[in-house]
This record gives sequence, C-alpha cells and structure tokens, in this order.
Amino acid sequence: MWPLLGIAVLVVGFAVRLNPLLVVAAAGTAGMLAWHDPIYTLAAFGKAFNDNRLVASVWLVLPVIGLLERYGLQAEARRLVGRMQQATAGRLLLVYLVYRQLTAAVGLIAAGGPAQMVRPLIAPMAEAAAEGQAPGTTDKTRALVRAHAAAADNIGAFFGEDIFIAMSSIVLIKGFLDSVGYLVPPLRLSMWAIPTAVAALLVHGARLLWLDRRINRAAREPAAEAET
Amino acid sequence: MIGLDFIFLLLGLLFAAVAALTVRDRTNPRRFTSALFWALFAVSFLAGKWLGDIANGCIAVTLALIAGFGGLGRGAPDTTGEAMRETEARKIGGWLFLPALMIPAVALLGSLVLKGVMIGGHSLVDLKQVTFVSLAFGVILALAVAVPLLRARPVEPVVEARRLVETIGWAALLPQMLAALGVVFAGAGIGRMVGDLASQYLPLGTPFAAACAYTIGMASFTIVMGNAFAAFPVMTAGIGLPLLVHKFGADPAVVGAIGMLSGFCGTLVTPMAANFNLVPPALLGLPRYAVIRVQAPTAVAMLIVNTALLYLLAFHK
Repeated sequence: MWPLLGIAVLVVGFAVRLNPLLVVAAAGTAGMLAWHDPIYTLAAFGKAFNDNRLVASVWLVLPVIGLLERYGLQAEARRLVGRMQQATAGRLLLVYLVYRQLTAAVGLIAAGGPAQMVRPLIAPMAEAAAEGQAPGTTDKTRALVRAHAAAADNIGAFFGEDIFIAMSSIVLIKGFLDSVGYLVPPLRLSMWAIPTAVAALLVHGARLLWLDRRINRAAREPAAEAET
Repeated sequence: MIGLDFIFLLLGLLFAAVAALTVRDRTNPRRFTSALFWALFAVSFLAGKWLGDIANGCIAVTLALIAGFGGLGRGAPDTTGEAMRETEARKIGGWLFLPALMIPAVALLGSLVLKGVMIGGHSLVDLKQVTFVSLAFGVILALAVAVPLLRARPVEPVVEARRLVETIGWAALLPQMLAALGVVFAGAGIGRMVGDLASQYLPLGTPFAAACAYTIGMASFTIVMGNAFAAFPVMTAGIGLPLLVHKFGADPAVVGAIGMLSGFCGTLVTPMAANFNLVPPALLGLPRYAVIRVQAPTAVAMLIVNTALLYLLAFHK
C-alpha cells in the first residue's frame, strides 16, 4: 500500500496550492521510494519525462499566435462580434461547442484547442459579446466568460471525439476488449458514444444559455454579483 | 522520414531562443534562473534522446526545483499596446484571421494527404506522428504567410512567443510532468491496488450497483491519474468485465464506450489533467482552478447521465 502515499502527497499538495511542479516531483518520489532506491526512481521519472515530450508540441503555435496578437488579432475578433447584433456570450459559445463536437466527431481534433483557438479568437469574441449584451460588464464577469470559453472547448472535444472510429480512445477500448476475447467492431463503440454526446450538448448548452442570464443579471445588479 | 525528431528540433530551437532572449532581459528580476529553466527545457528537446534516463531525470528535477522555489520571473513584455493593436487591426482587417485558421486547416489537410506521400520507397512522414508533423507544417506555413502580410520583422514571432511563454510560465511544463507521473504511478502498481480495493469493499450485488461502481470508479480513478486511458484497463478489468459483463450479461461494447466517457467526466475536474484544466487558465489570465470550477457542474451531470445510460443500454440483449 506504500505507493498510495504518492497519491496522498498529490492530493494534499494540490489542495494547499503548492507549486504543481514541486507537488509532482514530491509525489513521484514518494510513490517510488516505497519500493525502489533513489537512483532507480530518478531514472524512471527521467525516462517517463523524456517519453512524454510530445505533449509539449502544442507550444509550437505560440510564435504565430503571439505575432498575430501583436498586430491586433484579438481586437479584430472583438470587432467582428461587435457587428453581430444577435450575438451573446452564451449563444456564441454554444455555436463553438457544437462546432467543436462536430469537428471532433469526424476526427478533426486539431480544429480547436486553448492555444490556437480559445485565447486568440473564442475568448475575446465571447467577452465582446458579453459587453454588447450587457454594457458595463465587470472584470469578474469577463473572467467567468473566459473560463467558460475554455470549458466549452474541452467539453466539446471530450464528448465528440469518441464518435470518431479512429480516435485513440476508441483504439484503446477496442485493443483492451480484444485482449480479453471480445471482438467488438470500432463502429459499435462509436455508436454507443452518441447518446452521451447528445446529452452533453443538451446539458452544457443549457448551462451556456443560462450563462447569458447570469451576465445580464450581474450587469443590472452589480451588488448582487459581488455576493456570489 | 520526418517524424518526432523534426518536432523536437523545432521545439528545442523555440525554447533555446526564449532562453537567449530571457538572459538578456534586464526587466526580469530572475533573468538568470529563468533563462536556465528555458535552456534546460530546450536541452531536453534537442538532446533528450541521447542523454540517458538519469540525466533526463536530473533535468526534470532541476526544472521542478527552479519553478517550485520561485526562480521563474517575468520581464516587461516587449509588444504593442492596445491602441496600436486597434489601429493595426483596422488596417489589416479580416486577413488577420487567415494565418490563425491556416494552422488547423493545414494540420487537417496534412493528416489526410501526407500519409500517401512516398519518396524513394519510404514514406515522407512518420505515419504514427502524421498529425503532429502536419501541425508543425501548419505553423511554418502560417508564419511564412503572416510575416510578409503584417510586414513584421523576422524576429517578432520569437519575441512574441517569449511573451506568451512567460505568461504561461511553469504551466508550460506541467502536462509533461504529470504524464510522466502517471507512468511512474502505473509502474508502482497503484492501478492494481485501487482495482483490488474497489472490488473488495464496494457493494456490487445488483446490476445497478455495479454500473454505479464502474462509472464512479472510472471518474475517480481518472481524477487521480489525470487520464482516462490509465483508468480504463484497471477499472474494466476490476469491475466492468467480471461483474457487468460476466455476472450480469452486459454488452461489452456499451460498457467500454460509456466507461471511457465516464472517465472523461473525471478529466474535466482534475488538476492532474493539466493541459486541459491548468494551461487554459494560465493562457487566459485566470485563477488556477477557474476552468475546473466552471466545468464541474457539467462533469457531475454527465456522470449521472452516463450511469443511467449504461444501466439502460448495456442490458439490451
């Protein structure tokens, strides 16, 4: 049971908001020290760190996004929304949620993402829409809208991608079921992901429309917002 | 063959440039430790393949220590002000969107087309990494279009990338660290222990109870590991197959599909899934757990929905 100490370190570290990099290093050490010597632990961690470098490939987009921001990409995104009379933050994010689910469902997972879509385009557009629907929107409400932009990106991707039969999660499920003797065609796995995808659209879509009401109310009654 | 090495070379050069700009930045109160941090990150990309496990481990630990003890500082960003951005945006107009949209467009097109390109009997691109290589191509093409379009100096993309990297700070490294931790945890046998505990102590006498235990188990174990992929084999071998499928006759396709999606509900609320939950707040200037807080209600609702769907759909035979 000693490696479970690693999980305890992790939970406590995140809860008291220590720097997450330190928490990870400590948790890894705690988890492994239980069974192995320090050099083995260091090597295992180093190998895993090195094997996972591909996760960082998302940072490749930063030079492009930064350059476009320098020349006013976010301002242009805001201006685009300013011209749409019907745009509200909630409706705009609902459209993005649908777009993200549909593109993910046909395997186009790179069509979104926090660095390439949310920061440069979706978040400023949603903020501008919130401004437009409720002038005098506070910084707190704008922060909430930005958080919702990131959330719509995640939720759309998570509950869309499993409909695509070549997605890594489908491959993993199929591989595992194969290995224990159940030969399930990938198409049947993706078919059973559809009810959840529809439910996610309904649940989160309703929350996004409710976000509009919250934005409008906060602008009408700034005092009430301060309490929540 | 263009593959991982190409991507790591680009990333290494990017972070080496960030380190070089940082060490000369007198507005950054911690410029030497900050530059060391980004330089080590660059070394990991450029040389990680040859360094060996222990040296890579030393790099990872040094990075964690620099960041953990406040060694990572920020300079005054060398960029344009809001007023100038408005003016530039008016001048350039909608063309500004073109390079931004080129990245996903080229990435998608590339993943479809590059698979078939052969040169001298070898495929041009490593087939396993075609998505990532296409993303890199998308970035290069977008830069090739954006720099002349905006009449930018060639150094500006790097300068601006450093501004964003400093905004993100240590969170840039976190996804990789947490993925590594997941591997270490799995190696230490934590998965099997959790599976054993769950099947020993949970009341699983009815199909409904077993369905609840499986979906909630997937979500909770994903919260700990930060990744539904790590939780799936453990929970499915521990509860999904022996109870739901063998004992109560559930359809394994439904169990697998909905089990994975229940894990995703856990991914939405765990700081362990840093690339989804902690990097966006860093990119958007929000408090650390702001995105998790917004996602939590949907995650809980979807876990309930998944449990109901599993119970209603899995026993259809």
